[in-house]
Amino acid sequence: MKPRHKRIALILGGLAILAVAATLVLNAFRSNLVFFFSPTQVAAGEAPQGKSFRIGGMVKEGSLQRQPDGVTLRFVVTDTEKDMTVAYKGILPDLFQEGKGVVAQGKLAADGIFTASEVLAKHDENYMPPEAAKAVGDAHERAAANKAAAEAAARTTRP
Amino acid sequence: MSNKLINWFRYASPQTFYPLAGRMIPWFWGLAAIFGVAGLGIGFLLAPTDAQQGEGYRIIFLHVPASWMSMFIYLVMAFWAATGLAFNTRLSGMMASALAPTGALFAFLSLWTGALWGKPMWGTWWVWDARLTSELILLFLYIGFIALQAAIDDPRRADKAGAILALVGVVNIPIIYFSVKWWNTLHQGASVSLTKAPSMAAMMLWGMLLCALACWMYSIAVALMRVRVIMLERERHTDWVRALLAGRE
Repeated sequence: MKPRHKRIALILGGLAILAVAATLVLNAFRSNLVFFFSPTQVAAGEAPQGKSFRIGGMVKEGSLQRQPDGVTLRFVVTDTEKDMTVAYKGILPDLFQEGKGVVAQGKLAADGIFTASEVLAKHDENYMPPEAAKAVGDAHERAAANKAAAEAAARTTRP
Repeated sequence: MSNKLINWFRYASPQTFYPLAGRMIPWFWGLAAIFGVAGLGIGFLLAPTDAQQGEGYRIIFLHVPASWMSMFIYLVMAFWAATGLAFNTRLSGMMASALAPTGALFAFLSLWTGALWGKPMWGTWWVWDARLTSELILLFLYIGFIALQAAIDDPRRADKAGAILALVGVVNIPIIYFSVKWWNTLHQGASVSLTKAPSMAAMMLWGMLLCALACWMYSIAVALMRVRVIMLERERHTDWVRALLAGRE
């Protein structure tokens, strides 16, 4: 074995050990590296109790309401399985929209309402012109309408 | 080996690489300018407005190329560092040192443009999510590499110490890249990747890819300029540098 080959072997071996070590460390930290918990995880008790944490998900369509006091907003965060009501006093980011992603930091109150101190918008990785977005939205609506019509037809034909 | 058309090992010596690099630099500058003008032209004039983010998304034409370059330059730097360690070639260490400042610049640009983008879209300049934090660590790795090399007077020892730091830091690159997949982060997933069709309008994608090419060409041009200076500085006591400098005067 030439010294050069020995050095190459040492470098490759070192990198392999390092990769294994990094994998183990990251696996150990797995639960601490999450930026937010989903409503399902919160319902399963995975979120820290009595401490501030973040929840993330989609803002449920039609759930955004201004409370009678005029400054508190309420909306429902959903991961399509479980829902969670969030109360927030403050200004929402521009991209905050029903049906879009959101991450809120705050505490879970005893009544099951998440009181947020900060609300951030989480957008997806799709970039398209408004016409394309509209076309996609229309196609979704048509598909949903077709599905509903088909289901209705199936119900009526069933004896 | 004499029947090979080009003897690549010839260019591993600074003496022959110096004039070659000098001849290549103007070409890379030219290509950088062409790609840059084309990419920014498409990005600002032809690419459509985004449905979600409006005009604000256009910072993507700098943000994404800068982030890609910051990761890629690190890999190249680590490659040269490993080559230098393994084969004891003089040029490898010089290449690694020449790439570091450009990599640091792109890592900083990535974080800076990301902050400017995050404030209007997400509602915050900075969050400690896995993607943002690992990119910040990358910037620190670059700065650490530069500082470590600057702290050691003997260039050969500086190269070795820097090479080990560069190689250790390589684990961070897959972490940055896959962070948005492995953990839930505020940062969205990749719009462009090798494994799936890009989720961007074609014009936006072209603008971004051309800007990325411009950043590549710029990086190569600047790294070659820097490595030429490093070569002269480190080899100033050799005959070829003396002859070169004598010829200039």
